[in-house]
Amino acid sequence: MNKNYFEILRAGINSTFQDLGRNNLYHIGIPFSGAMDNRNYLLANKLTGNDNNNPVIEFAYQGPHLKYHGNTINIAITGDVSFKIKKGNNLIDGECYQSFILENNDELDIISTNKSVYGYLAISGQFDLKLQWSSCSTNIKAKIGSNNGEKLSVNQKIIIKEINQNLVNKKLNYINTKIENIRVMKGTNFDYFSEEGKKLFFGNKFKVSKLSDRMGMRLEGKKIENIVDTNIRSEGLIKGVIQVPADGNPIIMLSDHGTIGGYPKIGVVISADYDKLVQLTPGSSVKFQEVDLNSAETLFKLYDLETQNLISQI
Amino acid sequence: MIKNISNLGDAALYCDFGKEISKEINTQVIRYFKTIQKKNIVGVNNLTPSYNKLIISFDLKKINFKKLKKIIDDIEIIKSDSIQNKKFEIPICCEKEFSLDIKRLEEKLKMKEEKIYENFFKKEFFCYMTGFIAGMPFLGDLDENLRAKRLDTPRVKVPKGSIGLTEQFANIYTFESPGGWNIIGNTPLNIFDSSKENEPNLINPGDLVTFKRITKENYKNYHE
Repeated sequence: MNKNYFEILRAGINSTFQDLGRNNLYHIGIPFSGAMDNRNYLLANKLTGNDNNNPVIEFAYQGPHLKYHGNTINIAITGDVSFKIKKGNNLIDGECYQSFILENNDELDIISTNKSVYGYLAISGQFDLKLQWSSCSTNIKAKIGSNNGEKLSVNQKIIIKEINQNLVNKKLNYINTKIENIRVMKGTNFDYFSEEGKKLFFGNKFKVSKLSDRMGMRLEGKKIENIVDTNIRSEGLIKGVIQVPADGNPIIMLSDHGTIGGYPKIGVVISADYDKLVQLTPGSSVKFQEVDLNSAETLFKLYDLETQNLISQI
Repeated sequence: MIKNISNLGDAALYCDFGKEISKEINTQVIRYFKTIQKKNIVGVNNLTPSYNKLIISFDLKKINFKKLKKIIDDIEIIKSDSIQNKKFEIPICCEKEFSLDIKRLEEKLKMKEEKIYENFFKKEFFCYMTGFIAGMPFLGDLDENLRAKRLDTPRVKVPKGSIGLTEQFANIYTFESPGGWNIIGNTPLNIFDSSKENEPNLINPGDLVTFKRITKENYKNYHE
């Protein structure tokens, strides 16, 4: 039994199991979670011949170094990632958006993401995972999800319970583009801010802070002045909401966010730009561009069409 | 009734029940929440009831703001008698090691410790909402003379089981988390259990809660 597995030689900074996340639990305080960059998550699964809710390993900055034990399997990595595959004495440079064959004793060293935060490792098969609320998605703060709600750790084994029949090598020509402009809609408390503050928000550049993780992205810049109240009655949050606490620096809610918050909401990142947003690295700058609901819906349709189009090319 | 529905971003409805916070308004929020939950509307993927708001998140691939707003505008709400409130008595120990902020509260409220506890323990609380962290209940209302602001600097770690007070509300930290509420005691009871997928939360919106003081001995032996 358990003859196919990865041995973790190095776990990486924040490597967790993720899928499409879990629904209908906000009211008890459990966020959506799931892969941060949805498009890259879906592409990784398609490249390894899986359906679109198959658990993958998400890594941030530095990924894991794994040694494979078992029958031949395919893997694919998506994002903007440097990695190497070691086969005996041969060291192969890996390429994203392409499947690779792993054989017994091969090593996969995911060195780092390049000017981006998250990358994805999918296998042509199924990890052996215990799901919670039908999802493997790991929320390390709430200790929810597979691997007892923890990130991967060194010396651990990742067991593969099933390998797909008919391994087919697949490739996609795709390059992640980076953007500095993130499109945002006005939030429900937009009028809590001074005219000057509103202009700053839609005009100035903000710097992504080091204090960013799967829960939220903190931004630094000129203080956005609140002229009404720096607190609101606690109410629900969704991913992409931009809150501005008393210190005047915006915080964007990301996939593992607290479900309730009491700071004024100045804006909400549009769904079409969420994948790009989460890939902004600490230290890089971001600028918000205002769009209305109609445009946001149209932009999402375009984003979704482009994603479907990429999937169909694989 | 919902006073106004607007959009929160491109994938959520923001239902506003008015500025006021009261049990009556919150009961309406909960009624809407339970009705919509039962309807299983295609595309709706999360509901977040709070004191006086209800946020309905949806999958933009399946439905949009305009279509969902129409459905919510036309919805018929389940009558009050079909919602059942559970009652709970939560044991808490208020020994020094657990009542981290009681001295601070004595100063803030200008009230003796015994009096603070006396007022607190005679109250029956109403659960307005759960969340922030998984399963955390927001309970109200504290008497006017027990209302204090948050700590100036929030704690990095509030111990699991801590009972906190702020403004008109009490809450229970379901697991160790950062937080700025004034801590007056600790419960040995598990308020959130992720292994119970059908009902991980002990306390849900609309439930009624009282607290019972227990000794340190009882606290220690609680799980035996």
